[in-house]
Amino acid sequence: MKKKWWIPYAFLALPLTMYLIWVIIPIFQTFIISFTDWDSVSPSYNFIGFENYKMLFYDYYFLTSLLNNIKWMVGFVIVAIPVGLGIAMLMDQKYKGNKFYKTMMYLPMTLSFVVIGEIWTWILEPNHGVINEFLRGIGLGNLAKPWLSDPNLVTYALIFAALWRQISYAMVLFLAGLQSVPTEQVEAAYVDGANSWQRFWYVILPALRPAMVIAITVNVIDSLRAFDIVFVITRGGPFYSSSVMANYMYIESFNNYNMGYGAAIAVIQFFITLGFIIWYLINSFKKEDNL
Amino acid sequence: MTKTAIYKKYLFYILSTIIIVIWLIPFVIAVLTSFKTMDEISFGANWFKLPEKWSLEGYITAWKNAHIYTYYLNTFLIAAVSTLGALFLSSLGAYALSWYDFKLRKPILIIFVAGMLIPFQMLLIPVYKFSVNTGLYDTYPGLILFHIAFQLGFCTFFLRNFMITIPKSIFEAARIDGANDFKIYYSIMLPLIKPAIAALGILEFTWIWNDYLWALILIQSDTKKPITLGLTTLQGQWVTSWNVIAAASILAAIVPIIVFLMFQKYFIQGLTMGSVKG
Repeated sequence: MKKKWWIPYAFLALPLTMYLIWVIIPIFQTFIISFTDWDSVSPSYNFIGFENYKMLFYDYYFLTSLLNNIKWMVGFVIVAIPVGLGIAMLMDQKYKGNKFYKTMMYLPMTLSFVVIGEIWTWILEPNHGVINEFLRGIGLGNLAKPWLSDPNLVTYALIFAALWRQISYAMVLFLAGLQSVPTEQVEAAYVDGANSWQRFWYVILPALRPAMVIAITVNVIDSLRAFDIVFVITRGGPFYSSSVMANYMYIESFNNYNMGYGAAIAVIQFFITLGFIIWYLINSFKKEDNL
Repeated sequence: MTKTAIYKKYLFYILSTIIIVIWLIPFVIAVLTSFKTMDEISFGANWFKLPEKWSLEGYITAWKNAHIYTYYLNTFLIAAVSTLGALFLSSLGAYALSWYDFKLRKPILIIFVAGMLIPFQMLLIPVYKFSVNTGLYDTYPGLILFHIAFQLGFCTFFLRNFMITIPKSIFEAARIDGANDFKIYYSIMLPLIKPAIAALGILEFTWIWNDYLWALILIQSDTKKPITLGLTTLQGQWVTSWNVIAAASILAAIVPIIVFLMFQKYFIQGLTMGSVKG
């Protein structure tokens, strides 16, 4: 059958052009800008080699942001994944009404981080915030803390707020993964006398491996690109103590007009993310080989 | 039912209820606060107390004085047009990539997938600069075109994965019947991928509705801001009027929540099918 060679290109012309203009070409431009001292205002700029990158390694605020991203990552992976998995296991029971519970659990996923940020600002607020009022109410007033103004606490407070949504997301992924757990194997293990812990550890968990890989990837990537919630609740403050890389990149580029410097931060973030994307791809290919 | 089975059933209901109650506390607080008067709030911030009188003061102030009405229309416009645009263009691209055999097929597919995984910070500066240079900065088309383009990677990948599961013989048959390529796309492919389009559409609409960062970068005028951006503007002006902020937050959240409750099945499907969006 004769096909005209240009037909697929005709279908692709518009989407591909738009994608190149707004996504692909900018990626390369950011690399180039990261080697300049461009301030976004002056028409000209100089190529300064790796100067921006060198500066970053002596920049206390950048290093704080990087460290905070690592805290986000650890928090997301060691809290959202086990808790999400636990709740998914619970709500996967086929009792009447489990759909209602699941729906309620999903709700935070539909909210924007701006709304989440607004709500959690009151929850964490030091004087009349929900958490502090609650602690005082049950006689633990000495545990009440200025969550958002104490530089040592603020990042953890933000991670706590973000986990609200992140746990829901992990649960969604594990609930989907649980669909593929072979019930015959679980039943066979039961007949063989395996207790529920053994059934979980030796049958269910291995079957959840693909879901686990996806959940880890999603959580790591989300932790690396955290922005909205930090920006809305603290703007990275006080004194950059809760800053994350995306936040610092925005402030340097759009508030301080150090576009070259901001681009260098983006590039570092890109390479860190890339490491995890490669890890993910290798793992998902492994999975396909097994099939 | 054996004793352990009954015991397990109770355990399920008790645990699930406790989790859900804890989970919904932030919502409940926002809703209760939004219906209180400022007098009641300043008198004593008892978060869990029902409003003495269910007052719409917060909603009315938010809607009228704080321009939520304008932000709302903006968000509807931006989210609806961007979603439709992204769905339409990605369905074209995915169609070409799923069923034609041509030289650049693989490289083009890789471009879409790679772009989808790149962190958004890599685009901020050039996209901002491009918008300023082309006059698209601070316009609806500027933000809408960007949203469409940005979502194309994910949408194309998503739809392509769905399309390749459809047997090619259907198309061969249509071709023999004399249908041209666009006709096959339009009257055979599109109807077949309706479920995928629905799942993707719900997800995209929610994402774009909830977008904050790109509006922050590409929109400046107060009259063009979407609700997320408007909400943070509001926070500065009405910082002590918690009922107004709460009401505005509920208003910003209510549309995605309704969409989710109505199309839950598609929402979850889309989320799990496309969980590795970068």
